[in-house]
Amino acid sequence: MTKVVSFILNGKQVRAEVECRTLLVEMLREHLRHTGTHVGCDTSQCGACVVHVDGRSVKSCTMLAVQAEASEVLTIEGVARNGKLHPMQEAFREYHGLQCGFCTPGMIMSALDLVRQNPDPDDRQIRAWLDGNLCRCTGYQNIVRAVKAGAGAMRTGRNGIRHV
Amino acid sequence: MYEFNYRRPESLAAAREILDGDDEAMLLAGGMTLLPTMKLRLARPSDLVDLAGIDELLGISDQESAIEIGAMVRHADVAASKTVRSSIPALAALAGMIGDAQVRNRGTLGGSIANSDPSADYPAAVLALNAVITTDRRQIAADDYFKGLFETALQPKEIVRSVRFPKPARAAYAKFPNPASRYAVVGVMVAETREGVRVAVTGAAPRAFRASALEAALNETFSADALDGLTIPSDDLMSDLHASAEYRACLVGVMAKRAVTNASG
Repeated sequence: MTKVVSFILNGKQVRAEVECRTLLVEMLREHLRHTGTHVGCDTSQCGACVVHVDGRSVKSCTMLAVQAEASEVLTIEGVARNGKLHPMQEAFREYHGLQCGFCTPGMIMSALDLVRQNPDPDDRQIRAWLDGNLCRCTGYQNIVRAVKAGAGAMRTGRNGIRHV
Repeated sequence: MYEFNYRRPESLAAAREILDGDDEAMLLAGGMTLLPTMKLRLARPSDLVDLAGIDELLGISDQESAIEIGAMVRHADVAASKTVRSSIPALAALAGMIGDAQVRNRGTLGGSIANSDPSADYPAAVLALNAVITTDRRQIAADDYFKGLFETALQPKEIVRSVRFPKPARAAYAKFPNPASRYAVVGVMVAETREGVRVAVTGAAPRAFRASALEAALNETFSADALDGLTIPSDDLMSDLHASAEYRACLVGVMAKRAVTNASG
């Protein structure tokens, strides 16, 4: 059984005919060729697949594409603006919040949802929020620093970008 | 995942109609358990009936002596609700401890209690607060609801509409989470209700249950000290690679004390 699914992806209307059982992450990667969103575990543990649907972070490996019909989806590809990295991306680079980078898209999308709700999170709140994002390289120290710095840069509007 | 047909009715009546016409159809709430189960091919619905388009299942309402929460209200919304936080802060806190942020953004109250995972958090609140579950056809008291491992009083094709949580004088939930899954190895909710103190345990047995010995002690004196030396028998508790039945029995006492202390503060 297939259905035509359409939604707004990073500000642009997209559509694809997919099987009902197609996961949102499969539609993003395989049908729409947006491969910035990663699949790590495929069991909703690791968070490499985190995207925003209608402004909230979700694990796109545990949501059907058909459930995203008529919604607004934001992926890591939609975060930079006008060729400039988002402050949160910039912070991950500056604070070396990654080694292999596989978990980074999910980390950043998750961090942006945290900052939306809590513009000035402390270390404990950042660590608690990142419960659902696994990194197997860095040991999290620099990720926490990066999220804190990214949140600070978003508050002050550094890089000329205030919000996603 | 096996193939299925996706349906998105816009009313309870329409959902019911689909279920009546198809014995192999299943309801989809937040999908945090059902979708992983389908990926493992442990469930094979012909039709997946998504409840997300049904407004009747949404909303949190303050009814003076109780709070009523729609079945499709997500955990993150319960955790953030001003109504819940001011009237039953323990319930908001419990919702904020479920899974991780992304699970809380999708998972729903109705989905959790319909699934009745032995390690889910909400069953402890439903039992401790003496909640009433309203379905599309009747009301079910909390004490009659949880029947066994993944088994509830719900009939086939019965749909949870909402849960009504009476406001307690005080309550708290203490949880010992599995550090990987965030499910409760043991979670205990203690509530001082109109009917006396209720102590509900999740994670320890195949279903959530009330610890009557602990309730009796707390009805005498509502303090952590009143639980000193009290244990619950480990005979019917679960043993797995995370914790033995004996360890879980011990945790019930420890978590109950923490909950009482938090409720008192």
